[in-house]
Amino acid sequence: MLAFTLRRAIQAIGVMIAVGVIAFSMFRFAGDPVNQIVSLDTPAAEREAVRKSLGLDDPVPVQFARYFGNAVQFKFGVSYQFRQPVSNLLMERMPATLELAACATVLAMVFGILMGVYSALRRDTILTKFFQAVSLIGISLPTFLIGILLIYLFSVTLGWLPSFGRGDVVRIGWWTTGLLTLSGLKALIMPSITLGLFQMTLIMRLVRAEMLEVLRTDYIRFARARGLTTRAIHFGHALKNTLVPVITVAGLQFGSVIAFAIITETVFQWPGMGLLFVQAVQNVDIPIMAAYLLMVSLIFVTINLVVDILYTIVDPRLRSTISRPA
Amino acid sequence: MSDAVVPHRLEPNAQASRSGPGWLKRALDSDIFYSFRRSRMTMVAAAVTILFFLLAIFASQLSVQNPFDPAQLQLMNSRISPLWTAEGQSPFLLGTDEQGRDVFSAILYGLRISLVVGVLGVVLAGTLGITLGLIAGYFGGTVDGLIMRIADVQLTFPAILIALLVNGVAKSVFGNRLDAMSTLAVLVVAIGLSFWVQYARTVRGSVMVEKNKDYVAAAQLIGLPAPKIIFRHVLPNTMGPILVIATINLALAIITEATLSFLGAGMPDTMPSLGTLIRIGNNYLFAGEWWIVAFPGIALAGLILSINLLGDWLRDALNPKLR
Repeated sequence: MLAFTLRRAIQAIGVMIAVGVIAFSMFRFAGDPVNQIVSLDTPAAEREAVRKSLGLDDPVPVQFARYFGNAVQFKFGVSYQFRQPVSNLLMERMPATLELAACATVLAMVFGILMGVYSALRRDTILTKFFQAVSLIGISLPTFLIGILLIYLFSVTLGWLPSFGRGDVVRIGWWTTGLLTLSGLKALIMPSITLGLFQMTLIMRLVRAEMLEVLRTDYIRFARARGLTTRAIHFGHALKNTLVPVITVAGLQFGSVIAFAIITETVFQWPGMGLLFVQAVQNVDIPIMAAYLLMVSLIFVTINLVVDILYTIVDPRLRSTISRPA
Repeated sequence: MSDAVVPHRLEPNAQASRSGPGWLKRALDSDIFYSFRRSRMTMVAAAVTILFFLLAIFASQLSVQNPFDPAQLQLMNSRISPLWTAEGQSPFLLGTDEQGRDVFSAILYGLRISLVVGVLGVVLAGTLGITLGLIAGYFGGTVDGLIMRIADVQLTFPAILIALLVNGVAKSVFGNRLDAMSTLAVLVVAIGLSFWVQYARTVRGSVMVEKNKDYVAAAQLIGLPAPKIIFRHVLPNTMGPILVIATINLALAIITEATLSFLGAGMPDTMPSLGTLIRIGNNYLFAGEWWIVAFPGIALAGLILSINLLGDWLRDALNPKLR
């Protein structure tokens, strides 16, 4: 168990170093950092001074070590467009993205599980057909189209919900939250639905498939033979066993939710990290792009690691196969 | 199939008539075509997909203007609503946008770009993924480990993120003044680099099964070179799943291109794809000019939905477990 955890941790660190190399090469080789800082008519001597002050004269491995050392301390350099430290920009934007991603995930879990269970238990009702149509749409419609459709319906036509921004936010320490004000909550509704729809589809399909499979197993048949109520069988036994893979998938998907927030944040002009990243791509602001890549990778790798370890704790069958030497 | 039919099929006359008309007859008799005819939804999806491809191919014949040519656009014709509304004007079937661009013509040309980027992206991703998968599966060992580790790492990142990064880096290397055709090439590369993993994994899996079969051993015995065995003998036996992935990936590639263009990291306004058209139209949503965004959106959604339906059907039809 410990050996497994250690091996996974070392793998995770390896991935982070690989991503670090990519981020550094982007930062160092994609365009000349000096050109981005000085103006067009800066004399060559001054350019050299800037180059020296940035340490761009040092050998590449030294530069990489310095970049990596800084990155570990969350120092990612200065943004070309904003002339501010990238870490400040990211920290400022992070609460918005995490709040949106969390809301979307909760929404996706609740509705995905409900719809999945219903469509597994009542296979041929009209409502099930409707859910399946919704899930096909959730997979086939690009996120930004869903967002635009919602804006057209609820902002342009009905005028119920705001079409952009976070509404009023409350500051708690360095964290800002929109969950405590009415306008903040209203602003959260459409972006969460847009972001969560794809995950909801995924969870619904997964729950349905797992439920159908579990309901065919012997222990469910045995439970029926014991004369347990249908309700106890469906929710006490079947659903419980379905939830382990569902929680795993939802956990693993949280990273993609944050990455997909790029699109949702652009549609709704949500002031999060994703919008910052898109603006960075449009304006070729490499320090922000590299830092975003590192941050998102860190979130991804951490989630993967935690889920892997939790999984072995939750599911004893896995533990026995892992402790056996491969 | 009933028992009575089987002996009938073995009669020499029946055999002769079956071999007569050639490949077309064989295709029409195949299991796949049978399951195709059984599913009305699939037939509709196939018809819609073919229609979209035809619209894209004959875009210049079907449109009333070339939306990429500024000389053909007249500001006098800007913001006309669709033909069936009160302010509609002929020949602008679906209305015009801010610059007097006919929405219908813009969709046809945009469709062409979306399909070209999608198809080329899938071809590039497929070529890359299949080659790496064949190498990894056939040779195994260190090469296999290296390729598959890269694949594992990449698989944890969503394709759209990788595509955005590739795009940003390309912009930074080539400067911000890429012309439309080079942007198209960058998009194809971005999509190719984002989607190769699935092919590589699938091909590697099938190759590891295939390479232990007798025909590979026989080919090795008679001294055929490895590349020839890989491409001529092993590859054809792994094509079924690849076809399914390619179909579903075409939909994904089109979504990715549209998303990149929507985010402003794709095709420029002067040579818009469907995603660019939606981004432009989105700016006029609040002004009540819904048609500028609605019709490109419907076209994109219809295209993706029908390709997805085809992919779903193909997956089930080629899956021997479901027969």
